[in-house]
Amino acid sequence: MARAAMIHFDCELTRGDFKLDAAFSAEPGITALFGPSGSGKSTILALIAGLLQPTRGVISLGDRVLTDTEKGIAVAKHQRRAGLVFQDAQLFPHMTVAQNLKFAQYFAPPARRGIAHDAVITVLGLNDLLSRRTPGLSGGEKQRVALARALLSGADVLLLDEPLASLDAARRDEILPIIERMRDEFAVPILYVSHSASEVLRLANYVVRLDRGRAVWAGDPKDPASGISARRDGSHQA
Amino acid sequence: MATIASLPFAIGLAYLLARCNFPGKSLLDGLLHLPLVLPPVVTGYVLLLSFGRNGPIGSFLFDTFGITLSFRWTGAALACAIMGFPLMLRAIRLSFESIDQRLEAAAGSLGANRAWTFTLITLPLALPGVLAGAILCFAKALGEFGATITFVSSIPGETRTISSAIYSYTQVPGGDDAAIRLMIVSTVIALAAIIASEALNRRMQRRIAVF
Repeated sequence: MARAAMIHFDCELTRGDFKLDAAFSAEPGITALFGPSGSGKSTILALIAGLLQPTRGVISLGDRVLTDTEKGIAVAKHQRRAGLVFQDAQLFPHMTVAQNLKFAQYFAPPARRGIAHDAVITVLGLNDLLSRRTPGLSGGEKQRVALARALLSGADVLLLDEPLASLDAARRDEILPIIERMRDEFAVPILYVSHSASEVLRLANYVVRLDRGRAVWAGDPKDPASGISARRDGSHQA
Repeated sequence: MATIASLPFAIGLAYLLARCNFPGKSLLDGLLHLPLVLPPVVTGYVLLLSFGRNGPIGSFLFDTFGITLSFRWTGAALACAIMGFPLMLRAIRLSFESIDQRLEAAAGSLGANRAWTFTLITLPLALPGVLAGAILCFAKALGEFGATITFVSSIPGETRTISSAIYSYTQVPGGDDAAIRLMIVSTVIALAAIIASEALNRRMQRRIAVF
């Protein structure tokens, strides 16, 4: 189910005092959007997911143009096939785990419906959770279900908005290898928002560093020029 | 009847007011809540002027569909629905507003359009509020007096509500027994409605639970 869809992003957005004016192209694999709080990382995900509309700009996913303000293109959010995973999972609380997953599969494009369902359940380790109601799950379990749900929706790209930020160290260690397996086994491009240098260095093959709404550097996170160092993790800045 | 017929309108308008911004929203909000603050007799009189046989809406309904509302049980249901509507609308709107919009965003990003998101996510989560609103409207309809008696009078077997019947019985000699019987009936119905609403609400809350 390899589907390499390149993301091209070039947008401007002004909201109150904050101004975003960033341009980048994401590489296949995991592209990290890295920067301190308020640098515009989550705003970029919201723009790609169609939750916000830019004042000017173009967003494309593979050969599909999602947004083009000049041509008046703004694809509806349910047609973007951009699977958004929130920091706090946002599972549907009135449904079981299985029903959450079924919801995603039901709305997946017909050609991708049912693809690798069992593999997703296995990789995310959800076999024992399927009949559970979601409010009773732990933070790590919720996040695993949210990742599986986004995968099963047949998304062309996964947008992970600080998926580990609200988890303790043990739960983070549980989820990190799962995201690596997702990257390796399902080959869905992932945009990964984080302000943790160690997460970026471990997961991402490409990083876009953001600062005050601008993309200030892009490339290999292990490149010394990236300014990303695990030693300085937790400082919320490279 | 008043509650059931007005429920779909209340759900639709509550969703519109909770989730959409449009010109005239405050005016619409104010108009819908007007029966809550206007004296009920004024509401009844406005209904009589507009839905009466000679009123603009009433004459249209009669000439086109042969429908008469004034002094009929349908008119009583309309008056009760209009008086209870703001209470129902308010409860449902608050319920919609309390739902995290990121849940709807998550449903959208998974491929569900607005109608599916509403049907499968928003409405089920708002159900306790919808239920509470419906019960409030029912309770209001049960006690409705001013608007009903002005619009459709109190015709036994046609437009008489429990409240207007109790009032009528208290005005005639020897009517106390009947008034007390009706008082007990209305108390039992009201109490049963509140208990049922609470029980259903608790069941819903258990299903939805707390994060």
